Amino acid sequence: MKAKILEYSTRLGDDSLVLGHRLSEWCSNAPFLEEDLALINVALDYIGRARMFYGYAAELSADGRNEDDFAFMRDQREFSNLLIHELPKGDFAFTMLRQLFIDLFNSLFLPRLAESSDKTLAAIAAKAIKETRYHLRRSHEWTLRFGLGTDESRERAQRAIDQLWGYTHEMFDLDALESELAEAGIGVDSGALKTEWEQQVSAILTEAELEQPGEQWAVKGGREGYHTENLGQLLNEMQSVHRAYPGLEW
Amino acid sequence: MVIEFPLPTAAYQARLAQRQASALPEIWALLEQVCDPEIPVLSLWDLGVLNDIEQTDERLLVTITPTYSGCPAMQTMRDDIEAVLRQSGIAAFEVRESLSPAWSSDWISPEGRSKLTAYGIAAPRACTACRGQPLDAEIQCPRCGSTETRMTSEFGSTACKALFQCQACLEPFDYFKPI
Repeated sequence: MKAKILEYSTRLGDDSLVLGHRLSEWCSNAPFLEEDLALINVALDYIGRARMFYGYAAELSADGRNEDDFAFMRDQREFSNLLIHELPKGDFAFTMLRQLFIDLFNSLFLPRLAESSDKTLAAIAAKAIKETRYHLRRSHEWTLRFGLGTDESRERAQRAIDQLWGYTHEMFDLDALESELAEAGIGVDSGALKTEWEQQVSAILTEAELEQPGEQWAVKGGREGYHTENLGQLLNEMQSVHRAYPGLEW
Repeated sequence: MVIEFPLPTAAYQARLAQRQASALPEIWALLEQVCDPEIPVLSLWDLGVLNDIEQTDERLLVTITPTYSGCPAMQTMRDDIEAVLRQSGIAAFEVRESLSPAWSSDWISPEGRSKLTAYGIAAPRACTACRGQPLDAEIQCPRCGSTETRMTSEFGSTACKALFQCQACLEPFDYFKPI
């Protein structure tokens, strides 16, 4: 069971790190200063989450690896993040709509994980919930501003929704390991969250006068290490310094 | 100046009781001088990061609670605590991070709230009252005391702060977020 919890914590760490890195790409590139600060604040929350999940995975592995080894010394086939996190940041509408979908997911997922019988996973989740409440309020507000704003903002938001939708299904797809951990009261049955998530997304999109796509296509594979070409490029940049100077400290 | 929630908070009183029950008052007083690197008027005690000090057989065990998951100041806080302990001739110690229970702005001391306001940062409202509610409800300007203020961004210069502007005196200011 310990090896399975290690794997589970690594997955959650991968989700957080990859999204945190994508958000950090906005640093000094956001539409205006307040947004620059907000995006980087959210990025930091996610990178902090990744550190906690990796730190726990490292502790469980008891093979001398630390959190940096998990972040910087694995290749893309070993990364198990859900694909939605690795998609390029796109325009500001794409970034914020992705946040809306993920923030809503986390607002349902984390309270369940906080009830895990695994004390460490529960503690990390309890901490992260508080931050997610802030994230969600912001992504919700931006969705309204896009949808009810100008023709261009509406069009860009709708395009982002249509591009992202097929990647949202993977969030609710459990593999054998996740099902086993959910049954054991350690992990979360994310499949059971789908109806509620869809209702909440639907309510926000309706409020913003945006359209919810139908079930046209779905992509998955992240948990098995099958990624889009984007992850390799992200890792190449993120890991380059660590790989060029292994073990360097400053 | 109207304060709209009871002070000190129950969460702070629980921290204080723990400190007062401790057998190491001199270490608490010693570590009271370690301040937040970003908000140097606040001690780690005021902020709610310094939460327990115990003496075990082998070493002094100091427990700190991180504020935000990714707060980059945590490492500096830890280093500063270690430096103060070493300067005082304490060699056997461990600084331990505790995630549970999760840190809350309700843990900030009443003195810490006054210091924040004097420093130009509006102190957080009680978290229990704010949960799920919008942030921009009548935050008092730390400069002129007016509640005619508006939020310019929920995310400020550090993870723990939001940006506000006073409509009365026009001062832009930080608001320490309730969390």
